[in-house]
Amino acid sequence: MSGIAVNAPQTIQLLMGNEAIARGALEAGVGVAAAYPGTPSTDIIDSLADVAKDLNLYVEWSVNEKVALEVAAGASLGGVRALTAMKQLGLNVALDFLANVSLTGIKSGLVLVVCDDPGALSSTNEQDSRNIAKMFDLPLLEPATAQEAKDMTKWAFELSEQISNVCLVRSVTRISHARGNVVLGELREVSARASFDTTQKPYTTIMGGAPQYHRVLHENLTKIAQIFESSPFNGYAGPERPELLIITCGTGWLYSWEAIKMLSLQDSVGILKLGTTWPLPGELVKRHMMKAEKILVVEEVDAFLENNLKVLAVDSLPGRDRIFYGKHSGHINPFGEINTDIVIRALTNILNTKYIIRDEAYRQKATEILNRYVVFRETQFCPGCPHRGLFWALKDSLRLDGQEGVLTGDIGCYGSGVGSTGFKQLKTMHSMGSGIGVANGLGKLEQFGFKQPVLATCGDSTFFHAAIPALINGIHSKANFILLLLDNSGTAMTGFQPHPGIPMNAVGDPAPAVDIGDLCRGLGVPVEIVDPYDIEDTTQKLLNVLRHSGRPRVIISQRECSLMRARSEKPLYQMDVVAHQCQGETCGCNRFCTRVFRCPGLMWNTNTKKVEIDQAICVGCGVCVDICPQSAITRKEIR
Amino acid sequence: MSLPQKEPLNLIIAGVGGQGNVLISRLIGQAMVDDGYKVTIGETYGASQRGGSVTSHVRISKDHQYGALIPEGQADIILGLEPMETLRHLALRGSPSTYVITNTRPIYPMCVATGEAEYPTLDHIQQNIDELSRKAWYVDASEIALNLGVVLLTNIVMVGALAGLKIMALKPDRFEHQLKAIFQKGKLDLNLRAFKMGLGHDFGQ
Repeated sequence: MSGIAVNAPQTIQLLMGNEAIARGALEAGVGVAAAYPGTPSTDIIDSLADVAKDLNLYVEWSVNEKVALEVAAGASLGGVRALTAMKQLGLNVALDFLANVSLTGIKSGLVLVVCDDPGALSSTNEQDSRNIAKMFDLPLLEPATAQEAKDMTKWAFELSEQISNVCLVRSVTRISHARGNVVLGELREVSARASFDTTQKPYTTIMGGAPQYHRVLHENLTKIAQIFESSPFNGYAGPERPELLIITCGTGWLYSWEAIKMLSLQDSVGILKLGTTWPLPGELVKRHMMKAEKILVVEEVDAFLENNLKVLAVDSLPGRDRIFYGKHSGHINPFGEINTDIVIRALTNILNTKYIIRDEAYRQKATEILNRYVVFRETQFCPGCPHRGLFWALKDSLRLDGQEGVLTGDIGCYGSGVGSTGFKQLKTMHSMGSGIGVANGLGKLEQFGFKQPVLATCGDSTFFHAAIPALINGIHSKANFILLLLDNSGTAMTGFQPHPGIPMNAVGDPAPAVDIGDLCRGLGVPVEIVDPYDIEDTTQKLLNVLRHSGRPRVIISQRECSLMRARSEKPLYQMDVVAHQCQGETCGCNRFCTRVFRCPGLMWNTNTKKVEIDQAICVGCGVCVDICPQSAITRKEIR
Repeated sequence: MSLPQKEPLNLIIAGVGGQGNVLISRLIGQAMVDDGYKVTIGETYGASQRGGSVTSHVRISKDHQYGALIPEGQADIILGLEPMETLRHLALRGSPSTYVITNTRPIYPMCVATGEAEYPTLDHIQQNIDELSRKAWYVDASEIALNLGVVLLTNIVMVGALAGLKIMALKPDRFEHQLKAIFQKGKLDLNLRAFKMGLGHDFGQ
């Protein structure tokens, strides 16, 4: 419908923030884009991969974020504009390289887009990545609309070249995953004159020059701040001398604007909107701060802007009474998302005015109805998900083994294994690859009296991303753990992106695949393959492995993600329930199939008090046949 | 106030994963953009596994780009693809002036399928929706879609019904144009039929 590569300047498209970022990169003549998928950033590279062949770009799904940034930096040093995009947690993985490349600088435009996730809607934290820009003295742009997401990304390439350094663009979920009007600009052709100048001094700080490079970085900041003074991404709207000045950025801008409009405060409250938030355009900000005695800072997550504004005020505007409101005063929450309602509450509190958001009686009635009639929709493994079979077998084998085995894990669909859909088997879940690292530690506690078996789950994409060093560590340290590799043939959680174990690359061309089993065997670890759809065999193999200890062992559970599989193949089985064999409430199994196994394809009929297959949802994996004590569930092969 | 002129017009599309909520929010949004409006769509789909709650906030304005979240109590229309989700978002974002148009076929949450919680009767849901809204219309859109042979067309039937009510300035030909832009011949015919069935739906009053 939209097509980010459409060559129709001045037309208006309704683009997702992430598509707008991709379009901005195309309008800047980006040649190389590399990333590891992570919500809410994934669509940026997905949409560039879609048009890569037509526009002669090189787009890859890299093994992890650090490599992605290095790939982009390599392209930049070779004279090609490059983009990398990652979620906030991914940026942490790339930090080591960023800390160095920010000192040595780059050649062609290099833009790093980081998509934060305030409210942690699809993340395990909600860190504010803007602090990274400050930490490494890099310019930071914060788009507030889809249009700005495009325009800022395009400009970020110019700025990056102007200062010979990485430029950061910080988006958030409500920008990346929102859609808005975007007026398209011209597409720019990619330069085809790539080369690395070997006569230049090397890109490194190793010859004792790091403080000198650091000094240059600081001088650069002054230069960048000057450029920001006249940026069209900053602007003020409101009365000449506002009773209250709101200073805001990103999502905070439109929330603030709407709050002022709803409260009809246009004559007393002004908004200074900043798109360039590090370094601050000091003169512009001071000009406006001088005209107001009360300042409310509206921003998402940390008091980043607020703290920097306060430092600026102390340094440059001494001797004046000025009250700051924001995170520190408690008017804007320093955790979770913000929204228009929060700004309305802050404004009414500061200005001592009243505004009834919703009639109290209506709100009470609505809350009552919510509590009484509306039930929560929990997330779960999809119908036919191979993880359900594997976690079931794991639960059974740990129980039969009887040694209180501990399961550690990491990021992926199988992270839901902490909840009822994974039968609450997973006991730790932190970062990419963390399960196996933590298992390394638990697996070395024998001398302190630790007797429990240790198992770690890890997905195929995650294995390549972050688990291989930890596995090698465990082999060398003779740590006592079992690595369960849940190989579902792709990066399922973010939309089935390929990884180095898949014989296809980001643009759909054939690519050499690294075999996970061969890789592990090459490291000298015993490897066993199981089929998670075969619960009995998997349980038995797990039990066998649990009874042998003393060094790392690997079990690879192999089944393609059922959502991916459904795209190309028919179901394996036609599933049915033999009604007279299902004993219902009288069985004594206490609704084992629906209550415990919890596949969305199985439904408890409250009238007949028996189980049914929801044929609209069931994908015919056949696994539930093995869990019914009365053999009431049947499967018939579909040919 | 006649809603077609409401500034901004706040539309919530409520449903569950797999119902094509995000698709129709895009199609409605682009249809309005083509008609000269500024549109912002905020989408919330959590971990997006099938069966999870999915919501789109569609904000339509003649002059301004709005933020991606509709403030509390500011929903003008709730287009529901699933009755309990309709009630959920009406209770969260609605007010006595909110219009509701909803599909009537439930999709049971996991805890209902397992027998741990009960799904309210349709009568209870209707009664509560009626109580919390200015006016509500009910469409057996999934039945209509099933009659066309594809339950997945429920979302398109619902957009047709919404356009037919004329409570917002969505022009049927603009929406049909969007369908024509994304679907090939066979699928297009079905989608156009679903849209027309919704458009011509007799609400009986």
